[in-house]
Amino acid sequence: MSNYAIKVEALGKKYLLRHQGVGRRYVALRDVLAEKASALFRRPPSAAGDRPSLEEFWALKDVSFEVKSGAAVGIIGRNGAGKSTLLKLLSRITEPTTGRIRLRGRVASLLEVGTGFHPELTGRENIYLNGAILGMNRAEIKTKFDEIVEFAEVERFLDTPVKRYSSGMYMRLAFAVAAHLEPEILIVDEVLAVGDMEFQKKCLGKMEDVSKGGRTVLFVSHNMDAILRMCSQAILLKQGSVAFLGPAREAVGRYTQEHTSQPAKMVLAQATPAPYARRGIIFDSVEWSSATPAPWTLPFGEPIAFSISFECLKNTRFVALGLALYAPSGTEIASTSSIGSKPEIHLARGRYTMNVIYQSLKLVPNTYTFGIGIKSEAGCEDHFPKAFTVDVVPSPDSSRFQTDTFEGYIVPDVIYELAQ
Amino acid sequence: MRLPRRLPPLISAFVFVPLLAKCLTQMQELTIEAGKSERHYWLDLWRYRELFFFLSWRDILVRYKQTVIGVLWAVLKPLLTMIVFTVVFGKLARMSSEGMPYAVFVYVAMLPWQFFSSALAEASNSLIINANMISRIYFPRLIIPASAVIVCFVDFLISAVILVGLLAWYHDLPSLRVLLLPVFTLLAFLASFGISLWLAALNVKYRDFRFIVPFIVQFGLYVSPVGYSTTTVREKAGDLACHIYALNPMVGVVNGFRWAFGSNAPFDTFSLLASLAVTTLLIISGIKYFRATEKAFADII
Repeated sequence: MSNYAIKVEALGKKYLLRHQGVGRRYVALRDVLAEKASALFRRPPSAAGDRPSLEEFWALKDVSFEVKSGAAVGIIGRNGAGKSTLLKLLSRITEPTTGRIRLRGRVASLLEVGTGFHPELTGRENIYLNGAILGMNRAEIKTKFDEIVEFAEVERFLDTPVKRYSSGMYMRLAFAVAAHLEPEILIVDEVLAVGDMEFQKKCLGKMEDVSKGGRTVLFVSHNMDAILRMCSQAILLKQGSVAFLGPAREAVGRYTQEHTSQPAKMVLAQATPAPYARRGIIFDSVEWSSATPAPWTLPFGEPIAFSISFECLKNTRFVALGLALYAPSGTEIASTSSIGSKPEIHLARGRYTMNVIYQSLKLVPNTYTFGIGIKSEAGCEDHFPKAFTVDVVPSPDSSRFQTDTFEGYIVPDVIYELAQ
Repeated sequence: MRLPRRLPPLISAFVFVPLLAKCLTQMQELTIEAGKSERHYWLDLWRYRELFFFLSWRDILVRYKQTVIGVLWAVLKPLLTMIVFTVVFGKLARMSSEGMPYAVFVYVAMLPWQFFSSALAEASNSLIINANMISRIYFPRLIIPASAVIVCFVDFLISAVILVGLLAWYHDLPSLRVLLLPVFTLLAFLASFGISLWLAALNVKYRDFRFIVPFIVQFGLYVSPVGYSTTTVREKAGDLACHIYALNPMVGVVNGFRWAFGSNAPFDTFSLLASLAVTTLLIISGIKYFRATEKAFADII
């Protein structure tokens, strides 16, 4: 009998994707009633054509693995490989369609820091609230309280509502609460891709302490350095199944080598939008459109091109699409918006595609994450802070520049003129 | 050996506490299986009681934090409605008030009604408002509508203070009947909770359901004896109509409240039993429906 902490057997999760007209992301009672009513009066064959076609989509299929108690295991894979779904199943947010999970010990999942934070409440109140949400009891929070405050460096603002906090302070406080959880099993999504470098280092350090303290940690990240630093083992997911399970170094090696498997078009429905998004315009999918050997993989120096499809649920004025580019460390290194482009964009109800081309952005070979957002005069309509990642790979051009010696991320076009 | 029929409390504590502890430690090994989330449901609910406490505490705090308007609102809403109803039904229409001052007669009914209607409105939106938590953290989702109802219950307690003032103004000292008030309050609470479960779950599934809720609340006010009395209904429409009328669970509650505060109408046993039956039905079906849809909340919210 092995001393596992997590045992997953033949796990699967099926989603039903709905393909029908505008505005059908949510089921409306009015439509259900209308459908039922029209079905009464119409002959079945003609009604069948109007039925929203449901497509089965297995986000995870037949996944089995075992995690030893006290191990730190990384989960890596491309976008849409099923990492987030796996975490959601392990943390009991959704139910599996097939299979079984056995968990030994108290589980805490950290899919986002600051869940349940309320802007009107003070730092002190939010510590208690967030602690309870993450599964600590009152006595536990009380004993850890000073430690949390010290870690977050917010002593002076404890009784200030967090809406007056700077975003850095907010993140620090949110992470501090999470970092002081002491479950037997800790499940962490890529929550570290936020905040400044110094704070990220502090967070990674804290996470290392946690895993060295004999706890079982499951850690999802696109940051391969962090995976290698923290985890001895890793699981490589590929299109919903386990492609490799073993030493972290080997898993990371395989991950960085395989480029071809990812489809060019990626549905965004499985990702989580930002909580404040109004969702009057809804991102649908992103399609890679650069003429590169493999989608989402860009030889150094080539233009980055993709198209974003979205659905506008009602007539909306002054629409602007924004793009953010994040370095592997999580720092935002390039931002752009369609707001400056003329003429102004006004959208009628319907589906649209926006073609985007970064003409001359030379990125040092590495993995970069894009965030996409769309806003109107009413505010943020939809926003995916981590929409997709792009791997920039070396090319003859990059070896000419010797980019592997660069510490920065962007190689600007610079004119060097020597004079004497 | 004959066992004593009743175990002394101390012994039963010795038996049950370790039993409970054993139950809790068995939870340490948790199995998640497709279609079997049911098993630990009630135990889980107990384990997450602190989260329930904190969520209610947050909602109450936020509600009363920004200004005094929070508290003032809880008081003003029933007070102003009471004044309007007193003028319209009492002074203009001169309807029966079962021997009570019309203002007291209306306010006593307004209290549970206001609680019921605001609980419905708040709870039906509660899951959507907390969508972020639902898609990120596991907890028994039942906690969310329950805490929304609790917040409205605090409002109810605050507006009850006004009633004390009102009674003093009319030099109206309630009789011992008032001691049964907690029973009627509990009934109001359960009725609100039962319907709230239905509305909250339906609201997640059908996004246009939120347009229906205000209508239900508005409609409910007319078919509940808030501005007028059940006696009037019986006199004007007959016994059968009055029995059908009593299927509205708030009818029994309001009648009970009025009776407790000295109405001269006889105690309406039928409406109380009808209310009890309908409430039980609502709670059981509400919990069933909620639990059946709960699993998919994170996927569709």
